[in-house]
Amino acid sequence: MSSLLELRNVSMIFEQKSGMFGQARTIPALTDVNLEIHPGEIIALVGESGCGKTTLGKVITGLYKATSGELLFYGKNIWSLSKAGFGEYRHSVQLVQQDSYAALNPMRTIFQSLSAPILENKLVKNRKEALDKVSQLLEIVELSPPEQFLEKYPHQLSGGQRQRVLMARAISLNPKLIVADEPVSMVDVSLRLSILNLMASLNRKLGIAFIYITHDLATARYIAQNGRLAVMYLGKIVEQGNMAEVLSNPRHPYLQALLTAVPIPNPRIAKAKRELPLKSLEMPSLLNPPTGCAFHPRCLYASRKCEEEAPPLAPCGNRVIACHHEERVPVWKLASAK
Amino acid sequence: MNEQHLLEIRDLTIEFALRSGVIRAVDRVSLDIPKGRVTALVGESGSGKSTLASAILNIVSSPGIIKGGSIAFNGSDILKYKANQMQKYRWTDVSMVFQAAQNTLNPVMRIGEQMTETVLSHKKMSREEIVKKASRLLDYVRLEPDRVLKAYPHELSGGMKQRVMIAFSLLLDPQLVIFDEPTTALDVITQDYIFDILQKINREMGITMLLLSHDIAVVARVADRVGVMYAGKLVEIGDTFEIFENPKHPYTAGLIKAAPSLLDDIGKTKSIAGSPPNLLKLPTGCAFHPRCESAKDICRKVAPDLIAVGDGHTAACHLHDPFRKGEKPA
Repeated sequence: MSSLLELRNVSMIFEQKSGMFGQARTIPALTDVNLEIHPGEIIALVGESGCGKTTLGKVITGLYKATSGELLFYGKNIWSLSKAGFGEYRHSVQLVQQDSYAALNPMRTIFQSLSAPILENKLVKNRKEALDKVSQLLEIVELSPPEQFLEKYPHQLSGGQRQRVLMARAISLNPKLIVADEPVSMVDVSLRLSILNLMASLNRKLGIAFIYITHDLATARYIAQNGRLAVMYLGKIVEQGNMAEVLSNPRHPYLQALLTAVPIPNPRIAKAKRELPLKSLEMPSLLNPPTGCAFHPRCLYASRKCEEEAPPLAPCGNRVIACHHEERVPVWKLASAK
Repeated sequence: MNEQHLLEIRDLTIEFALRSGVIRAVDRVSLDIPKGRVTALVGESGSGKSTLASAILNIVSSPGIIKGGSIAFNGSDILKYKANQMQKYRWTDVSMVFQAAQNTLNPVMRIGEQMTETVLSHKKMSREEIVKKASRLLDYVRLEPDRVLKAYPHELSGGMKQRVMIAFSLLLDPQLVIFDEPTTALDVITQDYIFDILQKINREMGITMLLLSHDIAVVARVADRVGVMYAGKLVEIGDTFEIFENPKHPYTAGLIKAAPSLLDDIGKTKSIAGSPPNLLKLPTGCAFHPRCESAKDICRKVAPDLIAVGDGHTAACHLHDPFRKGEKPA
């Protein structure tokens, strides 16, 4: 399968110039990220705060230019595209963010917010056509009847409805890929599933590829059950592969710890908790990242080599893992109900 | 008054008079908090769980007013307490860790000074004793006391600050500690060990806990008893296993089914129809009826009361009312 998008050794280093004596500090938010996205697939990008998942989303959508590395869209480096070519790229790859209230102009009606991009990009000729198109978009995201929403302001909608409006805006320019960054973490729990279902149906019906960025492995599994999982830790991908395969036999020690910590909504399993397989609870700072493998200070299986040398992301069966001692890591299974 | 109950809330009603109308954030809620156990209240934003908790400390914020009901702590109604009794009750009898409490630390004071100040504002104790006690508690929540006491809040991570807040809540040996979404904004691994710590505090120190959460998965792990709130009402309460394995209220059953799990068959997960209610325009009858698949005619007309549906298990749903079984589905 040819790839829609390919990240090759993408690194993003932020510089912080403040500091008491004016010294510059560097924050390596992303280090040598390699990831391939195929047309129409769903990838869940999972990690804890500070792991670089949001930065990666912004690099992919062209909001940040990576410090080094290449981002290839249908084989072409997007940073060497013409202005028009880059504009087209920005249409093809859309971002949906966490805070739906902040992402919509509070002074504009839903119709104004949704018609602006299609009028601006001449997908429709006039207001009449825009009205038809916007109504159609609202139907697709299951805000129906559309007339009930067209003249509403963002504050008049619920969090779940606003998130649907953002999905409508994201699909309005016929994108190939939508990067959804924690799209449900601010939505009421009873509505989260319906937003995830909407994304799955946009993927199925319109063939749009999705990158679902989250800290929540349970929702990641829900939406990307037939897709892929990429796990990040301190700016690097540490394990990546088919979702079902990876979850049935996670190999990276960090992923095993993360999975142990995920709460299970079943008291028989949740109350029989296991110890976290970690040496230290504290997450190191990106300002002063550990040498070698970034996970080594917390890893139960780390050796001298891990302190000195960063492990490459290497193939291991069907997946890729960044670990020097994969063979030392015991088999880890999800608990099951008795 | 039941000796087993540390706290007994009866018919508590709290209203907020807004320009756009009156909101009944808590609607005739009765709830017992058994001694030494962990009770959890689950509900979405606007369900009234935080307002209810603020009433337990009698700190309902304006324009909220407690319109009726009683809150008995060890048998005495705290809503009738005089100012000096209240001062003693707060933090010494009942303390609370607020939502996003990490951000309530004073940024320009060292943790040690803040802990000392908190103790001294409630009782007389020598500084030496306070430091000893604070160190013991910080050690208990798995922090290094020497380092943390001298630290300013910005030198600590979010998870460390939250553990500091837990140590704060225990400073005056309260009998009940309320935790309002104690792990919101914290990572999964941090969340996991914070709940380990809470369980240890409950088991080893015998402290009674009330946990407020929107996350049913978290509740499964920590709570002995679970209450479910919807639109200001307590709609179901019972033993944790009973609630998860034999939920009686359709909303409770819906919340459990709507929680994606790492283990269950994905096909079994199902979302709840509709949206949470607008408290200014509550549906008639049972507030959940527009979202309920089993709603009958009576559900649109009459609000159901809590009735016993099992051992220590009550639910407010007409479907389980034996006297209404003859009703035909609409």
